[in-house]
Amino acid sequence: MEMQKLYLLVPMAPLLGAIVAGLFCRVIPRWLAHVAAIAGVGIAFAASIIIWNDVAAGHAFDGPVYRWMTSGDYVFQVGFLIDPLTVTMMLVVTFVSLMVHIYTIGYMRDDPGYNRFFSYISLFTFSMLMLVMSNNFMQLFFGWEAVGLVSYLLIGFWYTRPTAIFANLKAFLANRVGDFGFILGIGLILANFGTLDYQPVFDQAKNLAGATINLIPGDDSTAVSLMSVTCILLFIGAMGKSAQVPLHVWLPDSMEGPTPISALIHAATMVTAGIFMVSRMSPLFELSDTALSFVLVIGSITALFMGFLGIIQNDIKRVVAYSTLSQLGYMTVALGASAYSVAIFHLMTHAFFKALLFLAAGSVIIGMHHDQDIRNMGGLRKYMPITWLTSLIGSLALIGTPFFSGFYSKDSILEAVKLSHIAGSGFAYFSVMAGVFITAFYSFRMYFLVFHGEERFGKPPAQAHGHAHDGAQAAAEHHGLAPGQKPHETPWVVTLPLILLAIPSVVIGYVTIEPMLYGGFFGKAIFIDGQAHPVMQELARHFHGALAMGLHVFSLPVLLALAGVLSAWFFYLARPGIPAAIKAACGPLYTLLENKYYFDEFYERVIAAGARLLGRGLWKGGDAGVIDGLIVDGSVRVVAGIAMLARLFQSGHIYHYAFTMIFGVCALLSICIWLLRA
Amino acid sequence: MSGLPILSLAVWVPIFAGFIVLLFAGADRDSPRARALAMLGALAGLLVTLPLYAGFDTATPAMQFVEILPWIPRFEINYHLGVDGISMLFVILNSFITVIVVLAGWRVIESKVAQYNASFLIMSGLLNGIFTALDGMLFYVFFEASLIPLYLIIGVWGGPRRVYAAFKFFLFTLMGSLLFLISLIYLYLDSGSFAILDWHRMPLSLATQQWIFLAFLVAFAVKVPMWPVHTWLPDAHVEAPTGGSIVLAAIALKLGAYGFVRFSLPIAPDASHAFSGLIIGLSLIAVVYIGFVALAQEDMKKLVAYSSIAHMGFVTLGFFLFSPLGMEGALVQMISHGFVAGAMFYCIGVMYDRVHSRQIADYGGVVNTMPKFAAFFMLFAMANAGLPATSGFVGEFMVIMAAVKFDLWIGFIAASTMILGAAYTLWMYKRVVFGAVGNHHVAGLTDISRREGLVLTLLAVCALGMGLYPQPFTEVMHSSVDELLRHISVSKIQ
Repeated sequence: MEMQKLYLLVPMAPLLGAIVAGLFCRVIPRWLAHVAAIAGVGIAFAASIIIWNDVAAGHAFDGPVYRWMTSGDYVFQVGFLIDPLTVTMMLVVTFVSLMVHIYTIGYMRDDPGYNRFFSYISLFTFSMLMLVMSNNFMQLFFGWEAVGLVSYLLIGFWYTRPTAIFANLKAFLANRVGDFGFILGIGLILANFGTLDYQPVFDQAKNLAGATINLIPGDDSTAVSLMSVTCILLFIGAMGKSAQVPLHVWLPDSMEGPTPISALIHAATMVTAGIFMVSRMSPLFELSDTALSFVLVIGSITALFMGFLGIIQNDIKRVVAYSTLSQLGYMTVALGASAYSVAIFHLMTHAFFKALLFLAAGSVIIGMHHDQDIRNMGGLRKYMPITWLTSLIGSLALIGTPFFSGFYSKDSILEAVKLSHIAGSGFAYFSVMAGVFITAFYSFRMYFLVFHGEERFGKPPAQAHGHAHDGAQAAAEHHGLAPGQKPHETPWVVTLPLILLAIPSVVIGYVTIEPMLYGGFFGKAIFIDGQAHPVMQELARHFHGALAMGLHVFSLPVLLALAGVLSAWFFYLARPGIPAAIKAACGPLYTLLENKYYFDEFYERVIAAGARLLGRGLWKGGDAGVIDGLIVDGSVRVVAGIAMLARLFQSGHIYHYAFTMIFGVCALLSICIWLLRA
Repeated sequence: MSGLPILSLAVWVPIFAGFIVLLFAGADRDSPRARALAMLGALAGLLVTLPLYAGFDTATPAMQFVEILPWIPRFEINYHLGVDGISMLFVILNSFITVIVVLAGWRVIESKVAQYNASFLIMSGLLNGIFTALDGMLFYVFFEASLIPLYLIIGVWGGPRRVYAAFKFFLFTLMGSLLFLISLIYLYLDSGSFAILDWHRMPLSLATQQWIFLAFLVAFAVKVPMWPVHTWLPDAHVEAPTGGSIVLAAIALKLGAYGFVRFSLPIAPDASHAFSGLIIGLSLIAVVYIGFVALAQEDMKKLVAYSSIAHMGFVTLGFFLFSPLGMEGALVQMISHGFVAGAMFYCIGVMYDRVHSRQIADYGGVVNTMPKFAAFFMLFAMANAGLPATSGFVGEFMVIMAAVKFDLWIGFIAASTMILGAAYTLWMYKRVVFGAVGNHHVAGLTDISRREGLVLTLLAVCALGMGLYPQPFTEVMHSSVDELLRHISVSKIQ
């Protein structure tokens, strides 16, 4: 009973913080808003640690909180499922959220929307916790949409900027396209299992492994596997939330939001909801190789092609954003290879080092007085030592340097894909392997351009970038360092979270790989059909401890990463003239990358413009033209016409009436005679 | 409460209050008194309906709180009232919305205040009459009489093209009403009774059922409104004053849908099954076609009016899936739409009172000058887009679930509202509320007053409460919905 109250406390404490900071945002002082919000998240983090201990001792929980609704035979409940998977997510979410809350005190110091911002990020924490703690699809969908809402509010936080309010609408709609698939998947679950609670659905899943559904009703030749359709529909939801190609377009634009939320929502937690969801649904996905292949291929495309885009970005946040897209692709690839625990493992390590990279980027942005263009930086390591070192740690973790957290998770993904025999695994293996080089290249391109080399700041602005601004002031204001001005290290509220995130970015992989992947930590929370997809058993056979894995230096991924770093050093520090030459030589290719493969153009010019045109056409043509013009006004005209005709007879002249009468009598008589002729 | 004729009170208290307002505060100089009396009347009207929920027996599908008195004995016409789990909630919703409307018009309506408030009070009583009448002729009288106050509200306090709008409305409803009356008379001649419950039980041939179904369809489709007889609604909304739009959206649109459950489905069950494909098709057209049309609107009221039509498409869709989830989803959607569409029209009214324009292009950056209002408007916009934890989600979710169970492709088309609803609502919100201050009108806006805040808070509590805990709404429906579904699954053909 005590534990159940604690479960409830975890989401409720941040919600309370959000309500205090939000409802009274105009009344309360700033310190009260951040104290309330941080206290809420801090309580949630502390409670999560206690629950983690309890779960590690073998106590799982699955039960309702309240009955939301009943209808017919269906019962919809709000409830919690507390198992190792949940508690891992709870710890990641509350820890990163706590770091971001503290960091926000420094980052948003001068912003007039300070209290509102704290309210939003606490509300986000509540929503994300409801999502991961849910024991049913309905509440999962609630959390799913609620984090989407907060993301929408936060991307558009600076609501006077045209780019921000364009980006948030785009994000919401792209997510809704995913949710469209997601809710259909949930519908199929309810229709075929009769409940939306996880446990009964998972228990029955095997019985429906062979079930089919006709794509054309009544036509058995169009029958396809029910599980494949259900899982692919559910995964479409994940593609929206976890920004997989082709629904990825919203994530780079989401960088319009303040940097703390880029770290929390658009790197560490919300965008990983799709990965979490598929892992949670592993008993379903395991039943469909088609769905797993689909997942694998989408993930590989995202991992590779989004990495390329990271190479040519000049906005510090956008480099990290494309890196996030690519890393989400890696997690998705792991899901497709049936290595769900590896995906969650990478999700966790990524949450730490990517939140670190984003917050460090934010620190650089503060130091640079809200200039985000890496071409205007250089040599910052002298001025911002803590930011420099923590960024280096984050980058080393990201590219998979041995013994860093990212090395263990990424190397496990590479191995898992190599061992997978599912359709598309060859392409996936090539993509993720090539991705290692690309990741190292773009990460260290940014690192060298920002922290090393010539100091390019403090000069008159070279190139004006319309959207490359971030910061507390209005968009119209001038950003960047004035000539002669030097960058400065940020206050402790900013650097403390960097240091606290740098620690797990280094050690968490080494410490947790053995229990998480091979020690049965997840237990029954993740289900793998060992006979059909023996990837994890194979991996376990090759695993000889974290130390041995790290010492195995001369493996292909490590060499590829090293090559990436060296290339970045050569191109951007040793011979800075080369990139421009390559850019000039590969014109069309560069244009393709610069336009992000024309996804945005296609969506804006074809889909969005087409929808508006169609709407206008149906309105003017259908409603105003046919229905009102032809039918309504037409019947008005018919009535008016008959009235006109009738009015002709109302002339007031006796002889007209007399003539009409005679004509009428004659007509009536003729009809009578004709009727009576028999 | 056993002895009190609660339903009669629900019908006649507001009507009586309306006449009191007219009698004691008819002149314009008495407008403060007119407002106070109207508010008392509306609150009294709401108060007398509350025992309906408190004393409602959820275990039985039978009519409750029944009152029956002979009215025109020669034709077996009775003053016969009663509610079941389907109609009871609409009586309370209607009485609640009346309070909202009186509060909404408090400072805004300056001329003919007594007449304005009296129209709403009288209409409220008549609408309660529609939801409680169990006699066909009594229903018809209330059904037609309720149009008179609505005509007056649009015609007297409406916008510049109010005559055109009222005429169009008249043209659309006239045809339906006449066919409806003919059907009622036919049913009377066939059964010798005007009791609706007798009609539910009487056997009818398939051909007769089909004619009756089609006649009812014409009458109810116009009211819902269903595609393609929906074009009167955007015009009526645009010309109506804010209060008129709220009642029109929250209650008047529910009459057609209520007609389907009270008349079409139980009286002509075999025809309902035969024509279910047609209704489902029209409903899906309403969701998709109207969704796109809403996207192209430049006038906020028209946009929300079109969005109403799309939402009502979910109601008719839910009814004709013939499952408890679909039916209850449709009913939940009707109630939720009352809160959400009512609130959306009120929000537009709040801006219109200040700027005197409904054009999206005349706004931009409202959040800068009206932050509190923007927060409320955001909540209702999200409810309109069907976000979970708001009432807008519950009905949509239930109907989509029922539709997927019925057929994946029907669910597929219905679920497109997830994208379309978000697109037209949030695109409008972006252009109106977000951005830098658009013009000097927006720059000069003042945030909501206490009275406006009260209206918005009441509606927000309803929209959120129903989204977080819909069980109290659905549990009263179960018996009646199960009974209705059982009833229409049995053929009436003999």
